[in-house]
Amino acid sequence: MSLLRNSWRQLTSMRTALILLFLLAIAAIPGSVLPQKDVSIEDVRAYLRAHPDLGPWLDRLWGFEVFASPWFAAIYLLLFTSLVGCVVPRLRDHVRALRAVPPDAPRRLERLPQHADGAAHDGDPAVVAAALRGGLRRRRWRAVVREQSDGTWTVSAEKGYLKETGNLLFHSALLAVLLGVGVGSWFGWHGNRLVVAGPDTAFCNTLQQYDEYGLGPRVDSAGLPPFCLELTDFRATYLDTGQPSSFRAAARLDGVGPARTVEFSVNDPLRLNGTNVYLLGHGYAPVIRYTDRYGQAQTTVAPFLATDGMLTSEGAAKFPDANVDPRSGVRDSRAQMGFEGLYLPTVPDSPPYVRSVFPAERSPALLLWAYRGDLGENAGIPSSVFRLDRRQVDAGRLTQVGEPKLMRPGEKWTLDDGTTVEFLGTRQWVTVSVRHDPGTFVVLGGVGVLIVGLLLSLSGKRRRVWFRVTPHGESPTGGSSLVEAGGLPRTEYPGFAEEFARVVGDARAGGTN
Amino acid sequence: MAALSDQLLVVAILSYLAAMVCHATEYAFGTRSHVGRAATRPARELVAVGAPAPDLAPDIPPASPTRSRNGRAALAGRAAVAVTVIAVLAHLGCLVARGVAADRAPWGNMYEFVLAVTFVGAVGWLGLLARRPAIRHLGLFVALAMVLLLGVDGMVLYTPIVPLVPALNSFWFVIHVSAAVLASGVFLLGFVPAAMFLIRSGYDRGKRGFPYSLGRRVPAADALERLAFRLHAFAFPIWTFGVSAGAIWAEAAWGRYWGWDPKETWAFISWVVYAGYLHARATPSVRRSTATWIAVIGFLTMLMNLFGVNLFFEGLHSYAGVD
Repeated sequence: MSLLRNSWRQLTSMRTALILLFLLAIAAIPGSVLPQKDVSIEDVRAYLRAHPDLGPWLDRLWGFEVFASPWFAAIYLLLFTSLVGCVVPRLRDHVRALRAVPPDAPRRLERLPQHADGAAHDGDPAVVAAALRGGLRRRRWRAVVREQSDGTWTVSAEKGYLKETGNLLFHSALLAVLLGVGVGSWFGWHGNRLVVAGPDTAFCNTLQQYDEYGLGPRVDSAGLPPFCLELTDFRATYLDTGQPSSFRAAARLDGVGPARTVEFSVNDPLRLNGTNVYLLGHGYAPVIRYTDRYGQAQTTVAPFLATDGMLTSEGAAKFPDANVDPRSGVRDSRAQMGFEGLYLPTVPDSPPYVRSVFPAERSPALLLWAYRGDLGENAGIPSSVFRLDRRQVDAGRLTQVGEPKLMRPGEKWTLDDGTTVEFLGTRQWVTVSVRHDPGTFVVLGGVGVLIVGLLLSLSGKRRRVWFRVTPHGESPTGGSSLVEAGGLPRTEYPGFAEEFARVVGDARAGGTN
Repeated sequence: MAALSDQLLVVAILSYLAAMVCHATEYAFGTRSHVGRAATRPARELVAVGAPAPDLAPDIPPASPTRSRNGRAALAGRAAVAVTVIAVLAHLGCLVARGVAADRAPWGNMYEFVLAVTFVGAVGWLGLLARRPAIRHLGLFVALAMVLLLGVDGMVLYTPIVPLVPALNSFWFVIHVSAAVLASGVFLLGFVPAAMFLIRSGYDRGKRGFPYSLGRRVPAADALERLAFRLHAFAFPIWTFGVSAGAIWAEAAWGRYWGWDPKETWAFISWVVYAGYLHARATPSVRRSTATWIAVIGFLTMLMNLFGVNLFFEGLHSYAGVD
């Protein structure tokens, strides 16, 4: 029992809290140095490839998900426990202090940091004390008058309770922020996906349709709000240097209210009753038509990924069903077609035609490499839609046909077997993130209270003043009193001397009138 | 306008440099100087029995040459302040011209950010000086920090003017970045008395090696410590607000209010360290020098966030524009 009590006392001590704060800061550092899974899984994979020895160990120690790691959680949970253990008794004391009256004057006021010698006031001590109390109350001091057994009267006043109130608000708000973050991760969800412009490439809000998603443990995947979004238009404007100056997407929305056209952009997401759609990225998707040796034409819209700021983009177009005999339906796996391409929205005036010189489509061209053979997509191994399987190429199962060819929109390229490939043009695509985070407003409210509490706590000054009123002879109008004053700043307060002088000056002015 | 801004930067740096030289002159020959104090010390003190051996000072008998030298030193100090005012005006002109040329708030990349942060620090310094002329001796270190930071800024971080990328094109750009600039500037200013307090209290404990030897002529340790605390207590809520405003903006721009981007992580680290400083400062059982060390570490995390994160880490806050 005493062990428990001692460990609790240890945990809630300021020393422990400081050490935990420091640990929290240090524990966050690897999260900025190492790539993190929820920021960029690609970077984590690259790191693991580059560090085959160290990487797996770091992974085992949650080095790539620091902020979800048990050790990070242990630090902040201990810190918050310590915080609760510290705040609850302080809250109790503060409530008690708010209900209590300021304590009686110390015996010797001249020993206080601030002191004013006795000065004569007209009136009986009781009257003078009451007037002093009234004046202090008007200046929003909490003041009380006491009659002493020796016939003197004392006035005790205190101010600056808001400092502790702010302090408690700040720490409680931290708990609210933590709660909001927790609510967000339990009940929130998000999904990311690439959407190509056009009615045939619209997407609906179900998990299957996302390229990548994350669901909170308390989220039912069937309960996602049903809506569909079709990208109808995407506009980007650029400066002459190629730096983008604005992005704007227009989409047809169905499922939330009446079907309608909506617009959203970077910094201006689409907000649909708690589900938000954010515009994250964009690019071009060349439209490629391949006509096989049986005369069957197939068209694919292949999103290409930008590799630089001028939107030089790389991607692949795959035709696994090419050259299937329409009469027998026999598939010749050695006659599948695949194309790798480099799309340049603006080709340079002279070769080499490998880098775009402007991100908008001023003079677009597509450089295509044709491959024939087995695309290797039947092995059940998931493959990238952005590139051909290099293992198939290296193994000789997929071979290049002819030389790469630069094609303008509308151009046709006839391959050695008489089949043709046509570059029909491009469509725009955007990447969107769809998110629902019910904790956001808890966090926002918490942060608001936190800042208010912080300001009160850092700017507030707790201080006390006392007046001792003693009977002092007779005056023409009746009694007369001697008023002595003392002041005590309870927190650091360099301006207290001036305030004390002002309070005493006001008391004198009020007393002699 | 852009060229004017660049020229004014040079003027500002040179003026801070001149202020530094003037401060150094006063520092070396001033009234509170080691030599000056020893010279004016009553002879009785020099022979006090049992007292620790006085500093080895040449016994300069008459006070008159010292006084005129002190007068000249004070003149140098006042000149330093005047030159600092000129430097701050040039600094302001540099920022304004940059803003006019770019047609936006002048804190769109790392070069401009450092320019703005140092400006806040310099203005804050002049404000402090107006209220407490006694801290003028710190001016040497303030001017030194200005020359170093602006020098690095102009030579290493310089970036030509470009408009904002779409992600930055939001009114939160003004709110979030100005709060970050303001808080960073005041933290920078608070770092000077914090570091000088550590030096001075080391000097008071009898340490005489570098850097403690610098503590000879700076204001008293407790005054420095209080000043450092008040500056940090002023900057911390602004920093909190700046980070919160950034979170609100991030929600609209990137879809989440907090994502542990390297910049966010280091802003969090700085926040935690400075919170630790304020707690340590408020706890009587923690020594003031320990608390102040935490503030110094806090400033190092700010520097790490500005230079380290911008130049070495890749993240969403990659607006430095430095190649």
